[in-house]
Amino acid sequence: MELLEARSLSCVRGTRLLFKDVNFQIRPGEIRQVRGANGAGKTSLLRILCGLSLPEHGEVLWNGKPIGQDRSHFHAQLAYIGHAPGLKLDLTARENLLFALSLQSAHHHVDMGAVLERVGLGASADLLCRHLSAGQLRRVAIARLHFSSALLWILDEPFSAIDSQGVGDIETLLAAHLDTGGMIIFTSHQAIQVSKEPVATIELSS
Amino acid sequence: MAPTLGNASLALVRRDVRLVIRHRSEIANPVLFFIIVVALFPFGVGSDPGQLALIGPGIIWVAALLATLLALEGLFRSDFEDGTLEQMALGLHPLSVLVLSKVFVHWCATGLPLLIATPLLGILLNMSVTTQMTLLAALALGTPTLSLIGAVGMALTVGVKRGGLLLTLLVLPLYIPVLIFGASVVLAAEAGLPTAGHFYALGAMAVLALSLAPLATGAALRISLN
Repeated sequence: MELLEARSLSCVRGTRLLFKDVNFQIRPGEIRQVRGANGAGKTSLLRILCGLSLPEHGEVLWNGKPIGQDRSHFHAQLAYIGHAPGLKLDLTARENLLFALSLQSAHHHVDMGAVLERVGLGASADLLCRHLSAGQLRRVAIARLHFSSALLWILDEPFSAIDSQGVGDIETLLAAHLDTGGMIIFTSHQAIQVSKEPVATIELSS
Repeated sequence: MAPTLGNASLALVRRDVRLVIRHRSEIANPVLFFIIVVALFPFGVGSDPGQLALIGPGIIWVAALLATLLALEGLFRSDFEDGTLEQMALGLHPLSVLVLSKVFVHWCATGLPLLIATPLLGILLNMSVTTQMTLLAALALGTPTLSLIGAVGMALTVGVKRGGLLLTLLVLPLYIPVLIFGASVVLAAEAGLPTAGHFYALGAMAVLALSLAPLATGAALRISLN
């Protein structure tokens, strides 16, 4: 069974210790919310988990193996939405998503029009992203998850700048991913409802 | 579209071409810089036609180096800042292959215009047609090497604020071999000596850069993302 495991992770930025001894495991169907004050290292933790940054100590294991050892195998199972949305402002939402589609593991036969419709961008699909609002840009970034076939989703502030209707849509999307055996780690300052039980948290405090 | 490596490279080429077309003014800058730098020399060293023809190839090569360097800034900067580079680094495909697509489009947008402007500058500097032809061939073989080597330097400095000067210090020394062979092939042609050796050397450097630089660039980008 697939398993992501963090072992005694610690992270230093400059001369400051952001966090130490972060340990957790996450299995299919599980979701974790990373919580902490501003500057507590939430984004740093997510970047370490997906292998963009290296931790000061500790390691991240995917199915028992360090993620750096078999990077392509791990990346095939990973969808990451970072702090920066990863969108080109001089491309349209549709063009951005078609490019994103070529990079990641995705379902076959993706209907891009339907995906854009589902994230509420049907009318602005062919506008340059430069002309979209912050919330709409976030929606374009989130739209990547609609065609992702990755098991593990790592999401940095997926709800920022999104209206309440959009938050509901994303909650539904996350719940559906968990139902199909997905794993989700995300950061957010708001309380999120994806199932009857409250979302388990990872608290960061130095 | 299946997410195969070929499709991803092609999608990246298409994306970058689109971005270049939507940012036409940016590609005009390096070539205008190139033309202006070369055009300044007759004012500085005097307009003696014999002298200009003598130093012309060297001037054009040095201006091409600087124009390439100037254009490098646009290679990874925006991808780094808007998070696209993270997506590429975490995607299914090796970063080094994607880098190659990016450098290819970048060279077409910034290196190729230099080649097109060269005959015009050749006339300005009173160079003979054979000299111009040799110079053009040497530039065609040499400028891709410059872009590939520059990509390594750019990848290392993309995370540094105001990394432009650092980039210059890193990359310009590595450009010297290309400059030596690129400029001396023209002198050899003018003297009626065989030029094949010089072209082989330029070709060898291009092949070496093509095979090693993308790997180094990919690794350097991962370091910069960290």
